[in-house]
Amino acid sequence: MTPEMAIGFAIGVPLFGAVLIALHDRYPNLRETITIVTAGCLFLVVLSLLPEVTGGGRPGFVAAEILPGLPISFEAEPLGMLFALVASGLWIVTSFYSIGYMRAHDEHKQTRFYVCFAIALSSTMGICFAGNMLTLFVFYEMLTLSTYPLVIHHEGEDDIKAGRVYLGILLSTSIGFLLLAILWTWLIAGTLDFTPGGILAGKAEGPAIGLLLFLYMFGIGKAALMPIHRWLPAAMVAPTPVSALLHAVAVVKAGVFTVVKVIVYIFGTDTLANMTQDDWLSWIAAFTLLTASIIALTKDNLKARLAYSTVSQLSYIVLGASLATGLGIVGSGMHIAMHAFGKITLFFCAGAILVASHKTEISQMDGLGRVMPFTYFAFLIGALSVIGLPPLGGAWSKWYLMLAAAETDRIVFIGVLMVSSLLNVAYLLPIVARGYFARAPAGECTHGHAHAAVSAGAAAAPVAHGGDGAGRLREAPGFCLFALAIGSAGCVALFFYAERIFALLAPVAGIEG
Amino acid sequence: MIAAHFPALQVVIPLIGAPVCMLVRYRDWSWAVALACSWAALAIAWLMLQQVLAGGPVSYALGGWAAPLGIEYRVDTVNAYVLLIVSAIGSVVMPYARRSVRHEFGTARVYLFYTSYLLCLAGLLGVTITGDAFNLFVFLEISSLSSYVLISLGKDRRALTAAYRYLVMGTIGATFIVIGVGLLYHNTGTLNMMDLAARIAASTADRTIGAAFGFLVVGISLKLALFPLHLWLPNAYAYAPSMVSAFLAATATKVALYVLLRFLFTVFNLELSFGVMPLDIVLLVLAVIAMFAASTVAVFQNNLKRMLAYSSVAQIGYMVLGISYATVTGLTAGILHLFNHALMKGGMFLALGCVFYRIGSVHIRDLHGIARTMPWTMAAFVLGGFGLIGVPLTVGFISKWYLIVGAIDRGWWVVAVLVLLSSLLAVAYVWRVVEAAYFRPPSEAAKQASDAPASMMIPTWILIGASIWFGIETSLPVGVAERAAAELLGAGR
Repeated sequence: MTPEMAIGFAIGVPLFGAVLIALHDRYPNLRETITIVTAGCLFLVVLSLLPEVTGGGRPGFVAAEILPGLPISFEAEPLGMLFALVASGLWIVTSFYSIGYMRAHDEHKQTRFYVCFAIALSSTMGICFAGNMLTLFVFYEMLTLSTYPLVIHHEGEDDIKAGRVYLGILLSTSIGFLLLAILWTWLIAGTLDFTPGGILAGKAEGPAIGLLLFLYMFGIGKAALMPIHRWLPAAMVAPTPVSALLHAVAVVKAGVFTVVKVIVYIFGTDTLANMTQDDWLSWIAAFTLLTASIIALTKDNLKARLAYSTVSQLSYIVLGASLATGLGIVGSGMHIAMHAFGKITLFFCAGAILVASHKTEISQMDGLGRVMPFTYFAFLIGALSVIGLPPLGGAWSKWYLMLAAAETDRIVFIGVLMVSSLLNVAYLLPIVARGYFARAPAGECTHGHAHAAVSAGAAAAPVAHGGDGAGRLREAPGFCLFALAIGSAGCVALFFYAERIFALLAPVAGIEG
Repeated sequence: MIAAHFPALQVVIPLIGAPVCMLVRYRDWSWAVALACSWAALAIAWLMLQQVLAGGPVSYALGGWAAPLGIEYRVDTVNAYVLLIVSAIGSVVMPYARRSVRHEFGTARVYLFYTSYLLCLAGLLGVTITGDAFNLFVFLEISSLSSYVLISLGKDRRALTAAYRYLVMGTIGATFIVIGVGLLYHNTGTLNMMDLAARIAASTADRTIGAAFGFLVVGISLKLALFPLHLWLPNAYAYAPSMVSAFLAATATKVALYVLLRFLFTVFNLELSFGVMPLDIVLLVLAVIAMFAASTVAVFQNNLKRMLAYSSVAQIGYMVLGISYATVTGLTAGILHLFNHALMKGGMFLALGCVFYRIGSVHIRDLHGIARTMPWTMAAFVLGGFGLIGVPLTVGFISKWYLIVGAIDRGWWVVAVLVLLSSLLAVAYVWRVVEAAYFRPPSEAAKQASDAPASMMIPTWILIGASIWFGIETSLPVGVAERAAAELLGAGR
């Protein structure tokens, strides 16, 4: 398989999978097998590209020329490679998790769920390997549209309202700002190809470039800079696997990935560093970072808290990119991976808690850690990684982000990152502490879990009917536990393999590995 | 040998077909005649486009009487393109018509329906092909009168008042046009368009020509439903038979737009249209208001055919906006959108026709949950809707791309932003249907439905498929539109 074919397959395999899934509507076991196999194939395909890209190759091809000089083209480069690996790898894990979750919850329209999931992944791969801004835009919109049915999966009145917020914000920012920015760039630079050093370098200056940066940053609604972050909490009405993979990894990371791509390949870090008023972006990122953390503190709903935490963590990446130095880019790229593993673990845990005990509010979860010790341990690992403590992956990305702030003499942002870490501690660790140490509410009726038995994996998980609240184990289905084990193991592994990610990203950032 | 007579045959075949339809009377035979005439018209239009692209404009003296005395048929890139669009839409909707018309119109006297349709087609093709200003008026009346008949055949009794209203408005428009043409004849002594162009360019602009210009622009604007002269359109499209809505939405206003282009840029010149007369700013403002006002009204329509009709008014705004730039990019955008909108809107009206065929209603309430039972129909509708929004890889995106590039080219930043903002209104009205059809519990009617028969689904999907295809492989529409725009602007000088 040539690298060019691999790129084509990375986009085609999930689409083909989606068709197969749709055709096997009546056979749930076969349908889920197809999902897993598709995810596995996708990961292998993406993996097969890695040696070429680490070796300095930039394979790519033009799929179609829409307008003269304006093709749909693809190219594999390190940032996209990293994002593709993370997204496709975690899709496998999430697929297992989905099976456990969707069956235990006895959700309706599961075929639509798996089909849209596969299309969303195909769009994500398109974003990863886009060779120019137009291609990226095409897949960006496709991702928005394909995730919409997942967000409003339950089809209640609230879900449809949340869906309107989701679609309204994402489409209006992308059509209103991003498309305008793309058109403008095209008129100035005459091309939209991602070029190292930036296509706008030396072609635009002064207020124009500042305005362009503004249009890009607020056009990429998926990066959830305040005040256009509202869609992300709204998207939490979706089933948990969607929140986990899409709204902690694929969709939001597609946003910040686009931000980094725009800064590195459209503006060029040098252009940005020389801009006189580029500070506002860093400040907005810092503001979002802190404010979202503070809002997270006030949320009692576990998924809402995690959502605001995501808003905050995304701004780390924007902040790193806005510093416009090599280390900042590396820190941002790395944080895409590190946060992905940390946050997906946390969401898996939130879903596991929901499936096993039907609880969504943190205040109801007192003592639950003794009933679900395994889930809570995984939550602890994920939380520590998000906070950024060694020996977990999150430590490295924060380290590089702080180095970048120091390198550019913006000490204040080091302070911001530190305060934010403290806030992370304040909103994540109490959940664990309450779970392990608080007394369970008296007289709580914990009802049995009849439909957990639907899942083949449920046999592995001890299902108990406890009359006295805490005391006996009552974990989520085995598929779910497997997923969160992998997620938390990933957080640990990334700490030890961060060097590889650094080496992969170094050429993009212009750092000699 | 016969190729030399293509310009005449283009109009004559459907024109002869109409009385033939009447004579054969038997319903399937009359349908077959209409089908054959449409397909023949398409073949001729395609061949003529090739001819024009290869060898430049074709001039045909009708009956051997040379212009400027005789009537000249003149085919250049612009009208070859419009001829192709009109005849292609006719050819695609005819197979669809057989079941749809029988369902909505019954079987008695169906041949009269096909007779009116062929007359309408002949009229539209004639307007497009002729190089004679008065002949244009004659064909415009043929197409208008037959479309009043077609609209009044709708199942809903409100179709009658809608057709009557259209009749009144359309007649006022036609009167304005004939007054304009009369004034031009009075001043220049000719009716041939090329001749008119030469004499108008040679004379200094006086009041008579100014008045003629005013009458013509207002009359044509009525025909093309430019805001605020669009009031006849929503009800006419909403209550007409499904096939008629699709056919007229995709062709009638497009031909009127072509007439506007022809008069502004060929008969009058750029200097007169946009220099002496401040038409650019007038068109610009009206187009922008149309984009917003009509789209906003569309958001609140519960009858989906009315919704699409208002959306058409807004989309006509985009085309006129492109014209108001008076640059090659702007005209390209306008002409391109003329083609693109015909595909999308035609396809969407056909999809709604399929729904109507199954459940007898296009009220949004009755469409709740219908995507479950009519998945292919609704998928077509949604893809067409994506085009209206301007989602990339659909034709709508290409149109908007050119419109915005054209606006930025002229330094009209505000207009560029407005085009983008108005797209968001399209999101709102398309998404209402998506929510209803896909995510609401099915209505009683929707539970019983199933996808329409193949003879209706295939035409629908041909148009929708084309709206995707030409969003990716744009060389044909963009190439021809660019050339047409360059010719129009070149001819004005």
